[in-house]
Amino acid sequence: METTRLVIVAVGGQGNLLASKVLGEAALISGVPVRMSEIHGMAQRGGVVESAIVFGDATSSIISDGEADILLGFEPAETLRAIKRCSKKTMVITNTATLPPFTVGIGKGAYPEVAEIKRLLAAKTAGLVAFDAMKLAREAGSPMSVNIVLLGALIQTGALGFTKENVVEAIRRRTKSSFLEKNLVAFELGIEAAKTR
Amino acid sequence: MHKLLNDSPGEKIMLLGNEAIARGAIEAGVAFATTYPGTPSSEISLNLFQMSQESDLYFEYSTNEKVALEVAAAAANSGLRTFCMMKHVGVNVAADPLMTLAYVGVTGGMVILSADDPAMFSSQNEQDNRYYAKFGGFPMLEPSSVAEAKEMIKEAFELSEALGQPVLLRTTTRINHSNAFVTLGNIQKPHTKGRFIRDPYRCVTVPNVSRGLHVKLLEKLEKAGQLAESSKFNFVQGKGKFGIITNGVSFHYAEDAVKDLGMEDQTRILRIGFSNPLPEHLIKSFLAECDKVLVIEEGEPFMEEAVKAFGQEASIVIPIKGKSKELFSRLFEYDPAMVRKNIAQYFGIAYTPAPGMDTSDVPEIAMRPPNLCSGCSHRATFYEIKRAAKEMEMDIICPTDIGCYTLGFLPPLNMGDFVICMGSSVSTACGFGQATDQKVVSFIGDSTFFHSGITGLVNAVFNRHNFTLVILENDITAMTGHQPHPGVDMNRFGLDTYGRVNIETLVRALGVEHVSIVKPFKVQKSIEVIKEALAFKGVSVIISQEPCILFAKSIKLKTARPFMVSDKCTDHKDCINGIACPSFYIEDGRVKIDADTCVGCALCAQICPENAIRPLKK
Repeated sequence: METTRLVIVAVGGQGNLLASKVLGEAALISGVPVRMSEIHGMAQRGGVVESAIVFGDATSSIISDGEADILLGFEPAETLRAIKRCSKKTMVITNTATLPPFTVGIGKGAYPEVAEIKRLLAAKTAGLVAFDAMKLAREAGSPMSVNIVLLGALIQTGALGFTKENVVEAIRRRTKSSFLEKNLVAFELGIEAAKTR
Repeated sequence: MHKLLNDSPGEKIMLLGNEAIARGAIEAGVAFATTYPGTPSSEISLNLFQMSQESDLYFEYSTNEKVALEVAAAAANSGLRTFCMMKHVGVNVAADPLMTLAYVGVTGGMVILSADDPAMFSSQNEQDNRYYAKFGGFPMLEPSSVAEAKEMIKEAFELSEALGQPVLLRTTTRINHSNAFVTLGNIQKPHTKGRFIRDPYRCVTVPNVSRGLHVKLLEKLEKAGQLAESSKFNFVQGKGKFGIITNGVSFHYAEDAVKDLGMEDQTRILRIGFSNPLPEHLIKSFLAECDKVLVIEEGEPFMEEAVKAFGQEASIVIPIKGKSKELFSRLFEYDPAMVRKNIAQYFGIAYTPAPGMDTSDVPEIAMRPPNLCSGCSHRATFYEIKRAAKEMEMDIICPTDIGCYTLGFLPPLNMGDFVICMGSSVSTACGFGQATDQKVVSFIGDSTFFHSGITGLVNAVFNRHNFTLVILENDITAMTGHQPHPGVDMNRFGLDTYGRVNIETLVRALGVEHVSIVKPFKVQKSIEVIKEALAFKGVSVIISQEPCILFAKSIKLKTARPFMVSDKCTDHKDCINGIACPSFYIEDGRVKIDADTCVGCALCAQICPENAIRPLKK
């Protein structure tokens, strides 16, 4: 089986780890081997959370710089910060809604223009899907669903080879039942967003 | 029912490494478990704590790792299957009982887990605890994957009982914090009540007894060495003249690399999972089949040095390399590309690493350092200490300790000048106070104070040291994910079988002459109280009492009532420059408060010179 390496970057609290678990469950349902590694020591305190997910036959559970096949970013500046994980062959999917670090908020650091972030990501990689996932999550009824919107976009690209049905089943199993309906709407909105971009 | 108590063997589920380890312990029929929480081990104990509330398992959060190990040692010597887990530096705290427990041994199976943290994702050092196995004399197992970790802990209990010796299970962060599929096994019913059989010539370690015990320890290790030779955790994969000896997560990086480099026919890999004592004969016969050997292990050259010695004994003259400037480092963690490159280079396989990403045109992106949370009471305490010292024109130095509040060392608070280990804030304050004329104000959290701050404070009272100790009492072990400690009201967890130690009573009983209490969100009053404490000659203790805001929110002790910046603001920016709460942001040059994250602690409202910060009207 081909190996596909996915890196997800997010800010603590954006639901990156839950998104990873949904993908893991989808892999289980689809009969695809998977290993995932996550770094979340200081996540609750506003730091960056990174997951590495390796689908297929490779046995390692982390991904080296330059070797991600897909980079999924929940926050545009964090997506750009993770560019070293990519190569010319990497497909990038990013949320464009910004969450500037508090250092920027207090005037102690710069936040690049989103247009510039998009330009750089597109120029350096094999392709970019960029859209405001936060807006779609709000449309779905909860800003908390931003992770599921982005999963929808990821699945739509076909890069993982999972069927939509299997991912929906994984969302059912892994997300809170009280959020299920909103999450399923969010998932569809993500799929649509990736179709048009 | 807790998901790890699911009794359907054969079912395949996705588990975090730490969940898999907890499940493995349950499958092994563990009866007794102790810990002090520490990343990357914390989720093991969290799951055992939860499961103990719906099963016969006895679990405790002990005061520190030394206590945890001693409590566990007694249970294991009463015949119970016992599990004691901690982070790598916790083993240092437990080292005293550990080294002699090695002599005494156990009658029930005992597994001691050390969660090492190469690359220091959440630790103050990256010490390689494999040396503890060698140093003390423990059989040691090291998994390479999540699924193997679950199987290994079961074998570890068997091995411990076969030898009458505790077994060290050594993991690294990439095992603890990886997810993978795990197949559930049968749950063995635990024996929960033991009996201690008096055996003073094994259990009372006076010199004359210990001399005999050391002899027995070496005999046990010899037997362990024989078991390592035939252990299923030590195996050879592939045939060829290029040899790789590896352990832990590096095994999978090496396995992938050999495949990627197309050198499977030329390469044999010896995976070591039972790593103390090392399987001497297995390694010697492996070397005899190879022209050239590379040892791949994160951390120190633990195996490499032994492999070279075995080669010398067996008169095998082939190149054996591992750590060197050109190959593997003793620093940080390894990754697949680095292992691939080094294997190719060492064995002379043609390989061109992919060109690195050119990031020269990527603009600088502001860092996103971890920060004290919005509404964190530590921020208020730090601010008040700083203000009090400034108003008194005192030049203070601030030893601090291990916990969320270590982050207080960052600007603009800059409260934290020295930290080496749990509890060191108190004892180093003794030293700084004596060695200098500087005013010393040190910080320690409540859990850390119980862990190892108390003895330092006793020392301070006895030796009449001169400093102010600030105990940050936030009613929980916050940093590692809200575990209880002896000062916590366990009724908040719905548990009524616990006692509680009151910090103020304890501190007064120790003989501290100047003890004061502050509520840090009452700024002006706190500053007045702090000034008195700072002026006191001798040991003064300030107890700053306010629950961790994340914990308070999670148990609905507090609901957020956000604040906003009104038009009265004349842009002093005292709020941003003085306390830098992450809820502040600047829009069009004006300070704003993010109502989604502001919890309404009102610290900023109290320091605003214009009284411009007001509760947000609904």
